[in-house]
Amino acid sequence: MNSIIEIENLTKEFDGLVAVDHITLNVAEGEIFGFLGPNGAGKTTAVKMLCTILNPTSGSAKVCGYDIVRQRNKVRECIGIVFQDRAIDTFLTGRENLDFHARMYHLDGRTRQKRVAEVLDLMDLRGKENMRISECSGGTQRRFEVARGFLNHPKVLFLDEPTLGLDAQARRNLWDYIKLLNEKGGITIILTTHYMEEADYLCHRLAIIDQGCIVAMGTPEKLKLAVGLNLISIQIAQDSSGSPVDSLKQLSWIKRIETRDGWLELSIDGGEERIPELIDFADDRGLVISSIKLYKPSLEDTFLHYTGKTIREVEGSTKELWKAWMRSRGRR
Amino acid sequence: MRAIEVRRIIDPLPIYTMWLREMKRFFRVKARVVGSLLMPIFFLAFMGLPMSFMPAREIPGLEGIGYLDFLAPGIVGMTLLFAGTMSGASVIWDKEFGFLKEVLVAPVSRFSVILGRSLGGMTTAIIQALIIVGIAVAMGVQLSSVSGFFLAILIMIFTCATFTGFGLIIATKLGNLEGFMAIMNLIIFPIFLLSGALFPIQSMPSWLRYIMYIDPLTYGVDGLRSTLIGISAFPLWLDFTVLITLCLALATLGSYFFSRMEAD
Repeated sequence: MNSIIEIENLTKEFDGLVAVDHITLNVAEGEIFGFLGPNGAGKTTAVKMLCTILNPTSGSAKVCGYDIVRQRNKVRECIGIVFQDRAIDTFLTGRENLDFHARMYHLDGRTRQKRVAEVLDLMDLRGKENMRISECSGGTQRRFEVARGFLNHPKVLFLDEPTLGLDAQARRNLWDYIKLLNEKGGITIILTTHYMEEADYLCHRLAIIDQGCIVAMGTPEKLKLAVGLNLISIQIAQDSSGSPVDSLKQLSWIKRIETRDGWLELSIDGGEERIPELIDFADDRGLVISSIKLYKPSLEDTFLHYTGKTIREVEGSTKELWKAWMRSRGRR
Repeated sequence: MRAIEVRRIIDPLPIYTMWLREMKRFFRVKARVVGSLLMPIFFLAFMGLPMSFMPAREIPGLEGIGYLDFLAPGIVGMTLLFAGTMSGASVIWDKEFGFLKEVLVAPVSRFSVILGRSLGGMTTAIIQALIIVGIAVAMGVQLSSVSGFFLAILIMIFTCATFTGFGLIIATKLGNLEGFMAIMNLIIFPIFLLSGALFPIQSMPSWLRYIMYIDPLTYGVDGLRSTLIGISAFPLWLDFTVLITLCLALATLGSYFFSRMEAD
């Protein structure tokens, strides 16, 4: 697959504070790529550089084959952005905001109408387009922003914390629209988030970023796998013959067996596909499995593994908050 | 080739779009339209009318006309000063509420963005000024001539552009909303009070007159008075020369600062 974004040693410093520290990565066309990390980790700064809002201190990046510093306008023509803070005119209606955006991107009258109709349908905003933005709910406002980002048919859409401040339902809703854009619209999506579920649900690949550095990168599955093995818990019926532990030890993909409250916990190499294998194996040995559960390590565990702290701890600690604040001040 | 270069800097569609947004925003908030007209109306009704009952006809610069006639162009000038400065300075609002970011990452030159925005702000300012002229006429102020009225519109444009540029410079240099209103009042009120909008410059002592000479609004008010009422302290060509020079200088400087402003 072709790389649509190529980042090499991209660095941004604010008054000696390194917000983004030599990151290097490629994003393939059609991917949903996520930057996962706590507030102040440098995700937003990285995205801002890619969107040509900030100039990098050193390093380089290409978006759609154009250099983000030297070919700014070319980059701007092929990207769409949804900012972390609301950036929509609340005095105007949704349709007026979309119209405004389309004109700023030089779309002519007919194309404009067609595109506005298209994004209204796609984002399911019909019936709300003539409401003033200030009267729309937070989720709807956000959907208008995403719709606007897609209006100029960008090759890459940047979403900076798209679901920040939305309730659980609006969030899940927006996730599905984002997926739809990626699948139906065929566009590459770069998103930043500090929600584990969001990264897990949406991203094909993600980079865990902490204090400006990429600490891990890969598919959510691969990242989770690196933390630890999946865990299968089974209960063996009382009337089973023989010692289950001894028999199970014969399976090479079972790495460890522990007994806990009548359950056998098996650390396994692999995923769901091991369940039928295990059942077949037990059948052959005359073991009756009465109950079975599969545990997968969460992305939260992954984050803990790579950074030595949970994402909530990072957000809570005052020192980190202060640093985050310093970083955000540095932008001014 | 050159035509393409110019089109890149002065881009008609985005300019029109920015202009349209300013117009929509202005007229959508009815309270703001009314609010922006109230202060000039108060000045005319509660200061102009009562003062015109006082025996002030011997004061130099006021000979032969009522105080209300004298005040009306000054209040039109005040409207332009307030509306123009706010139009430029409200870039800070757009920045604070994020709207500017969306505009600045569009593939459009910054100059087109600020040109369209300023033209929109100026249009609304001049509409307000014209309404004030209408109200003054309704109160009994007599305009000198039709041609004078059209010249007055030119003066309005240059005055407004001067202060829009001035507001832009403040906004881009200040950078955030903190203390914004205080600074605005600190600058705007002396400009208004020392412009000769309320009293004739001819009857002031020379030290005060020199201060009034460096106030840009002095020339705007004088030009308006000359074209609308037919009395003035300076020749009209001087008013025009000063205003055109200032508006070119300030508007250029303002848009230069804007184009260098960080989007974030």
